[in-house]
Amino acid sequence: MRKKVFMAAGYNTISLGTGRSEFNPRKPRPGIEHYMTEAGRATLSAIGGASNVDECVVGNFMAARFNRQGHLQGFFPAIDPGLQFKPGISVEGACASGGLALITGIRSILAETADVVLTIGVEVQNTVKAIYGADILAGAGWYKKRKNGHAYFFPGQFSDRAGAYFEKYGRERTRRSFARWYRNAIENARLCPTAQEFENKTQDLEALAMTEPNGKYFVDHLNVYDCSKVSDGASAIAIMSEKGLERAGISLHDAIEVVGWAQTERDITQDPPDLTELTNIKGAIQKALQMAGIGIHEIGTVETHDCFTIAGILGVEALGLAKPGEGPDYVLAGETSRTGSVPFNTTGGLIGWGHPTGATGVHMAVTIWEQWTGKAGAAQIQLNPSKPYGMSINMGGDDVTAVVIVYKKADL
Amino acid sequence: MKSGDKLRNVAVLGAAGKMGSGITLLTALEMASQSLLPENKGHNYILNAIDVNNENLLGLMKYIESQALKFAEKNTVSLRRVYANREDLVENEEIIREFVKHTVGIVRPVNRIENAADSLLVFEAASENPQLKVSLFRQIEQVNPHKPWYLTNTSSIPIAFLEQEAGLQGRIIGFHFYNPPAVQKLIEIIPLAHTSNDLRDFALDYASNLKKVIVFSNDKAGFIGNGHFMRDILFANQRVERLVEEGVPEPNAIYILNKVSHELLIRPMGIFQLIDYVGIDVCQYIMKVMAPHYPQENLYSPLLDRMLEAGVRGGQYPDGSQKDGFFRYEKGKIAGVFDLESSSYQGVDAFEAFALKWGDPWPEGVPQWKAVVKLSNVDDVLTSYFTALKHHASAASQMAVEYGRASRDIAKDLVNTGVALSEEDVNTVLKTGFYHVYGPVNKYFD
Repeated sequence: MRKKVFMAAGYNTISLGTGRSEFNPRKPRPGIEHYMTEAGRATLSAIGGASNVDECVVGNFMAARFNRQGHLQGFFPAIDPGLQFKPGISVEGACASGGLALITGIRSILAETADVVLTIGVEVQNTVKAIYGADILAGAGWYKKRKNGHAYFFPGQFSDRAGAYFEKYGRERTRRSFARWYRNAIENARLCPTAQEFENKTQDLEALAMTEPNGKYFVDHLNVYDCSKVSDGASAIAIMSEKGLERAGISLHDAIEVVGWAQTERDITQDPPDLTELTNIKGAIQKALQMAGIGIHEIGTVETHDCFTIAGILGVEALGLAKPGEGPDYVLAGETSRTGSVPFNTTGGLIGWGHPTGATGVHMAVTIWEQWTGKAGAAQIQLNPSKPYGMSINMGGDDVTAVVIVYKKADL
Repeated sequence: MKSGDKLRNVAVLGAAGKMGSGITLLTALEMASQSLLPENKGHNYILNAIDVNNENLLGLMKYIESQALKFAEKNTVSLRRVYANREDLVENEEIIREFVKHTVGIVRPVNRIENAADSLLVFEAASENPQLKVSLFRQIEQVNPHKPWYLTNTSSIPIAFLEQEAGLQGRIIGFHFYNPPAVQKLIEIIPLAHTSNDLRDFALDYASNLKKVIVFSNDKAGFIGNGHFMRDILFANQRVERLVEEGVPEPNAIYILNKVSHELLIRPMGIFQLIDYVGIDVCQYIMKVMAPHYPQENLYSPLLDRMLEAGVRGGQYPDGSQKDGFFRYEKGKIAGVFDLESSSYQGVDAFEAFALKWGDPWPEGVPQWKAVVKLSNVDDVLTSYFTALKHHASAASQMAVEYGRASRDIAKDLVNTGVALSEEDVNTVLKTGFYHVYGPVNKYFD
């Protein structure tokens, strides 16, 4: 890193969708600008107002179809008139759009075009039923593969991965690890008031998650509990240089530092080389660790892209915390739970907190920031001082876009 | 011609009515699915939706469209396979729209019975009027040279009567859906001894394709469903009369019987609410149709007549909401009770208070139907509840036990008189067709 880069003043709206008591599919809901405004204003007020902002970035996947709205950077001045006539940019990388927004902000700091970048991720998806949302989200794959793809395109892709994994490493233990992953996700979400599953009251989560998949109406190897839900929400965070922190009056104690990152692409027109691993994510993790100059065992907490439980398991293996085929054991041994050796997705991740696609990458950074600055409330985990780093792994499409960021507590 | 080919040209009589629209929908969906099979490529599928009411036919087409949309949204996984060779259909939305367009395209809303001239199958869902049904069949027989099969939805008229009067010789079978046909899982099939095997097989296959629960009934007026329901009504009527003799005002007696049959017998609705749901006029008509076939019984309810004379009919609005009948409804809940003397509805609260006082003490901790449906140990819960009820001395509890026993006796009679083939069949009809959580033949009231 040619220059120190920090993040602070994170904020999450609620993740709205089924499971939240505010959600009523028959009643009108807030539009995309509501979420951008709520998250943007919260971050602005924590950094001393819009006058302290040099540039703005918004990450979003498919507002053009979900909301009939493109050109989202035009909303920044609507969030605060102080952003009028300032630079704004919109980035898209499917479900890694939020991660790309972070990377874009980091690059601006490194390029010294800005000292404070207001970064927002947003998605509002409950405008259509899930069966039509599946069409929209399929845009994260290659359009030429849509025709032969599953009705629920991405669940279909990851169901194929789960099927291949079952075949190679065994089904029963793997399915149990999916159920454990689900339980961890919901239990963490119950501690985070903005989480979509905050109010989830199911008693035996693992039993529920063991529901047999039904390929007739959904996909062959995953049930609905293996999948993240349809979500509306936004997250915002300020990306800053040292000068920016000073200008915004934010102490190192309230910030995290970005110490490594990687952003890589895999050919969207090609099938994954190996269905039982996240090849691109794996490479990006290595690059990011290398940049940070640390080993995996110095990572104290991970936010990984568990759009599906199988992606969670494959994420654990991509990190090298478990060998290929042993991710399920690692999860079943409790290592990824909030009291395990490396707590994963401490506010619920995509399955528990929610997955407003374009917001997810930013939400990951906000969660890491909350944990390392002691702002996670009831979801706060005990952090191990010998592992002072955190990592976020944000994935677009089927392992096509990877955004991996390594953070550390800024005042260490 | 294979039996399945009969679905290529179908007529539904009374297509825009309450039962007819559901039958038209299910048939249209089945025809659409059949027509999309590779082996049926190149064949036309036509469903003549025949009804005299043009406005209702317009409503029918909207209903078909909205329900076909729901069906397609739920079955997109398999529809993508069906349309795998259609390169122009890529997204779910395109596939769903195509299926809806295709299904709606099969249905031809028409007025004239002559439109059934080329039909191979005729579903009959006209009013429960024997002469009308016979006349419709005769008209079709005159213009249709294909010797079509008739599946009648009558819930009470003996099939043999219809067959004989219309000269259909083995080409008619009872195929009785429950209301609403698209939702209710039960079909009563009523074959005659000489109904052709092909038609019998077709009816069975077709009902299975619709994923219905099938119960065979013998050809005795009212069959199993109404055979039980009408006598259940008459029992409630007798008890109302008895209460009136004991000095309870009639509207209060009606309310009490409804409350007892609903709450204490753990049924989805009380007996008088069910009459309102079906329609007071419909119930009266069914009794009228059944009565001549059971000369030893008095299948007649003066109470229903008096309600109809007062212009109160019950039944449902086209959108499925409940019309006022014995009760006035607000958002589906009972809000008032009809008083025949003043010919007006009185607020429900006073009736509830009266009932509570009359039956005091009402048993406590009565399981609710809504909760019991979801239980896995229904039998345990019911056994312990009804055992306690039998030993509970209040008037309400004793009336409930008597009512349960009467319902059981009606069911047993249906078997003894050869209407139902088994007690289990009666239980299946009450459980699937009437959503009871237990069959009338049980050990709870022994």
